[in-house]
Amino acid sequence: MSFSYPVLPDGHLLAIEGLEPPHIGALLELAESYALLNRSGKTQRDLLKGRTLINLFFEDSTRTRTSFELAGKRLGADVINMSVSTSSVNKGETLLDTAATLNAMHCDLLVVRHGQSGAPALLSQKVSASVINAGDGTHEHPTQALLDALTIRRRKGRLEGLAVAICGDVLHSRVARSNIHLLTTMGARVRVVGPPTLIPAEAGRLGVEVFHDMRAGLAGADVVMMLRLQRERMSAGLVPSPREFFRFYGLDRAKLALAKPDAIVMHPGPMNRGIEIDSAIADDPERSVIGEQVEMGVAVRMAVLDVLARDLRRNA
Amino acid sequence: MTETLFRGARLLDPASGLDTTGELLVRDGAIADLGQALGRPDGAEVVEAAGLCLAPGLVDLRAATGEPGAEYRETIASLAEAAAAGGITTLCALPDTDPPLDDPALVQFILRRGEATGSIALLPYAAATRGCEGKEIAEYGLLREAGAVAFTDGRRAIASARVMRLALSYARAFGSFVVQHPEEPTLAAGGAATEGELATRLGLPGIPAMAEALMVRRDIALARLTGGHVHFAHVSTAAALAEIRAAKAEGLAVTCDTAPPYFDLNETAIGDWRTYAKLSPPLRPEDDRQAVAAALADGTVDAIASDHQPRDADDKRQPFAQAEAGGAGLATLLAVTLARVHAGELSLLHALDLLTARPARLLGLPVGRLSRGAPADLVLFDPERGWQVKAGQLPGKAQNSPFDGRALEGRVVGTWKAGRRVFGA
Repeated sequence: MSFSYPVLPDGHLLAIEGLEPPHIGALLELAESYALLNRSGKTQRDLLKGRTLINLFFEDSTRTRTSFELAGKRLGADVINMSVSTSSVNKGETLLDTAATLNAMHCDLLVVRHGQSGAPALLSQKVSASVINAGDGTHEHPTQALLDALTIRRRKGRLEGLAVAICGDVLHSRVARSNIHLLTTMGARVRVVGPPTLIPAEAGRLGVEVFHDMRAGLAGADVVMMLRLQRERMSAGLVPSPREFFRFYGLDRAKLALAKPDAIVMHPGPMNRGIEIDSAIADDPERSVIGEQVEMGVAVRMAVLDVLARDLRRNA
Repeated sequence: MTETLFRGARLLDPASGLDTTGELLVRDGAIADLGQALGRPDGAEVVEAAGLCLAPGLVDLRAATGEPGAEYRETIASLAEAAAAGGITTLCALPDTDPPLDDPALVQFILRRGEATGSIALLPYAAATRGCEGKEIAEYGLLREAGAVAFTDGRRAIASARVMRLALSYARAFGSFVVQHPEEPTLAAGGAATEGELATRLGLPGIPAMAEALMVRRDIALARLTGGHVHFAHVSTAAALAEIRAAKAEGLAVTCDTAPPYFDLNETAIGDWRTYAKLSPPLRPEDDRQAVAAALADGTVDAIASDHQPRDADDKRQPFAQAEAGGAGLATLLAVTLARVHAGELSLLHALDLLTARPARLLGLPVGRLSRGAPADLVLFDPERGWQVKAGQLPGKAQNSPFDGRALEGRVVGTWKAGRRVFGA
């Protein structure tokens, strides 16, 4: 597949916000082709041959790191994982020290996860590599939104006009922000559902409809996207207790019944079973597409690496 | 006997309303005479100032030093250098240093260090509470005797209503006032930007703008209760200004200042994670910026302070929420204020009043005016000369200007402290 224009114009993937429908569409098309390739068991090990991909994770993550690792290896890159324990990091100080180290290593593609919003953007100003944001604070997680969109598109055939309910801790969710930007850009009707203490200020200004009653929020939805509720939100007093949260904002059969009969259920993982989602739904192959999300994650990350590598070649 | 004669300057004295082209004669550190064609005394140095404005040296109500405790950010010597370049001749230094200025000996230390610069009257605030911890009030009487100009906990809000009540009440005995950082701290905890659409998009923890008005409202009630004088620093929201306006109309002893970022910039300055624009209080939406600008014009605001908070590169080269808040403000104080004059919102005299006579009056100081016998603290500036703010090229140590890149009109040409030239060739 070839593109006549740069799909990621600034040479990084730092956020979904700012991408236009053709950019997102092109990434999804390419990801779709990688999804088919992956299922066929073939690989394409020459595309990133001789390129170095570093997974730089300041926060623990198994799923996302492994997904990027697999994507890089399937395209032939040399993949190195660097985990920087947050406790040993003296705030962001080592972030720029790390940037200097990475420059010295001639890293081509840098995948960054960091607990602070904006950290990958800061790094992108200091490193020569193409930076891919793998989740920064409560800002964005762009590849998650792309893989969610790909999963939805495969199941529903489109994004435009779908009613998507994003439920739970929207306030602290980078997944929610990236999904809101992507889905509204592509013409879906996005609702956010959660208690007022977990909905960000002026959420409506992001082009979504806000619901505090989950039953109303799920009515007629094509897609129900659950978010992870971190335990520390309860200790911070934003939610009184797990049982209260599950009663009013956890996804169970009764609430799901209000969505469309063929509505799909998504979760970015890892799940808190019994807090935001009932196990019976999470494991229901008729409704849950959680496994497919993981599969699409690899395809989407291959597409992103491919697109950025094209720019690397262009600049070489 | 040393004499300096300024010739052809536009003399601006906000205290008397004087705005005329004329001459001003300085003798032995004081203003000896001003008027038309004073004649040149033998041996007097002449400063040809045609086309330039001559005004009282600026009186800055609020600036932080790095000394003691954070000399890597700013020393008193570097602070004095930057102040002189900004036309500031009197500067009130915040007490939330390390250690905090809660002891008379520390207040005297700052006074001595200020005197040693020879270029600035450095007037320390003393801590309103011991250690600036907000628990017990400090020794206001002894601290006043030592030279403390007033009382504040600097960047920290005095959170306890009881402690604030005691502070306002007790300060009355010594004819002094308490300066509050108006921000309800439990609402502000952990916040990095004003709560709203922008903070939501950036994924930054927000501080609701009303955290300011909430504290202002409480402290106005305490001022009413105690008869004490409360001064609100760097007021930045329409809601807080409305509270202050009403309190003034009621006749309460309530005053306030603001700082240039709050009438020149809005929250969009932090877009793309610009940590130099991370301030405390945080920059606000455009509506609030306009309200602050309007409050300069309508008299609600008593003074414009630099709110100088020196930070070094390591403090700022961090992910946004982890970066230190605070902006350098000395070198840009006059020019950013003049932007309101160029915009037609303020007269030049009114703008200078907020930078000189009114803060001087608030502090009870004999400076901030052009009158016979007054100290010859003077600033000579070209109101039209253009320049661009460039972090890295500012005077003094601190380079963390939120105005980095801003094109400004109006530049200080020379500064005199007690008749001695401390800035400009």
